[in-house]
Amino acid sequence: MTDGQSAASPGMPEHAESPVWVKSERQRRREADLRGRARRSVSIATASTIVVVVALVAGITSSPGWPRVQETFLSPEAFVAALPDVLRGFLLNIKMFLIAEVFILVLGLLVAVVRGLRAPVFFPLRALAVLYTDVFRGVPTILLIYLVGFGIPALQLQGAPSDPVTLGIIALVLSYGAYVAEVFRAGIESVHPSQRAAARSLALTQGQTMRHVVLPQAVRRVVPPLLNDFVSLQKDTALVSVLGPLEALRQAQIHKDLDFNFTPYLAAALLFILLTVPMARFTDHLAARAARRRTGGGTA
Amino acid sequence: MSLLTIEGVWKHYHGLSVLRGIDLEVAPHEVVCLIGASGSGKSTLLRCVNLLETIDDGAIYLDDTEITDVRADADDVRRRIGMVFQAYNLFPHMTVLDNITLAPRKVHGVRPEKAEARARELLDRFGLADKAGEYPDRLSGGQQQRVAVIRAVATDPRLLLLDEVTSALDPTLVTEVLGVIRELKETGMTMILATHEMGFARDIADTVCFLEGGVLLESGPPEQIFSAPEHPRTRAFLQRVLEARRM
Repeated sequence: MTDGQSAASPGMPEHAESPVWVKSERQRRREADLRGRARRSVSIATASTIVVVVALVAGITSSPGWPRVQETFLSPEAFVAALPDVLRGFLLNIKMFLIAEVFILVLGLLVAVVRGLRAPVFFPLRALAVLYTDVFRGVPTILLIYLVGFGIPALQLQGAPSDPVTLGIIALVLSYGAYVAEVFRAGIESVHPSQRAAARSLALTQGQTMRHVVLPQAVRRVVPPLLNDFVSLQKDTALVSVLGPLEALRQAQIHKDLDFNFTPYLAAALLFILLTVPMARFTDHLAARAARRRTGGGTA
Repeated sequence: MSLLTIEGVWKHYHGLSVLRGIDLEVAPHEVVCLIGASGSGKSTLLRCVNLLETIDDGAIYLDDTEITDVRADADDVRRRIGMVFQAYNLFPHMTVLDNITLAPRKVHGVRPEKAEARARELLDRFGLADKAGEYPDRLSGGQQQRVAVIRAVATDPRLLLLDEVTSALDPTLVTEVLGVIRELKETGMTMILATHEMGFARDIADTVCFLEGGVLLESGPPEQIFSAPEHPRTRAFLQRVLEARRM
């Protein structure tokens, strides 16, 4: 599907008497003025950026502790030494993120749909869904990781997972599933009631209405907020380090403990930024596109 | 024998009575037009017939079975009734073809290729053959509303409800929608229309009903209602409509 662009350029019939546009002197002056303003804007932005950057650099490097910071946080040797291990650990972060994401989407959607079920048979399920979102949005993620990571193995259940990576993923899924369920629910509720009325008037059942009419529209609308939650999830995989798996933060910690140089932390931070920034930009892009669709173009 | 019987139907919203003991009978192939000011209860009555609203008293019968019985299967009732809304309410994420074939495929168990053939036949008949693959937001209001009518009749309903289907349209687009409705009348479709188009109501209706404040004040053949209304309130309403048109 294309956007509103083509509708704005209808094939105007050329009549013999239709006026032909010759750019007027007034419009020429107006355009020259606009160009002048644009040039001025660029120069002001450049000057202002230079001033800010110089002030920041000067401020930081002139601080009394700067030589010490440079040595413990910005050591190129420590960076190079730690990077391979930190990078290897970071692959585990990405793996945890990718696995957790799939389960979070399924769990979130399931909980959101269950909360919308009206039939009395589903009352216990509905109550459970409400309880779940209330509880798991309230517990700090790191606390949940501790509780799941040490609590589940302590139960000594047959077949219960004991691998820290699996336990960490379970905790992340439980925590983020509650958030994502609320995002999906907001999306479902944003679909106008007239859409349900139209579907019901065609004799679609509640379930069919949800599946064919409400959810497809709801899911499209919540993609930007969902991606935002996933940017956050990418970082929070580092919290699983408290259970001990050798992910990026844990590897950085190990290297730090060798020589008390904190540069490996900086390496880990850089890797997280490298992953989250493109995702954040992509989210912005989607949000902007959705906004353009809603307003049908225009500059305001 | 009547196809639809409405008996003493009451409906309240927040302590306000919007339908006050409505009685109405609709015979097969009959076209009934509901006229009256906004808020007179026309739309609410249609939504009650389609069970989109529950009634607070009275009863509605379709083919001599009570559809307002609490044990009645609402989906089964709606399978036999089509409805077209003022704001079209097409599904924006589906093509025109999918909008039309959704209910035949999912509700009536029609095979996809058969449902599509039927949809294309209807689109062709109403001059929209080239729009089958378009999404609703690429169509004009008149085209969207014609698609909505096709969607409602694609399941061959016993009764079609049309709720002010031209009220959201540019005056130049009204005629194309009315043309579709006129053609449906020729096929013998039983219809109840809530409308502000008095000329059209006079032209197409077998029976015109005038509602005011939730009361069905007067009903009869269009010649009688428009030329010699008995109730002073009907006369006053038609007078106001006439004045508005002269402005």
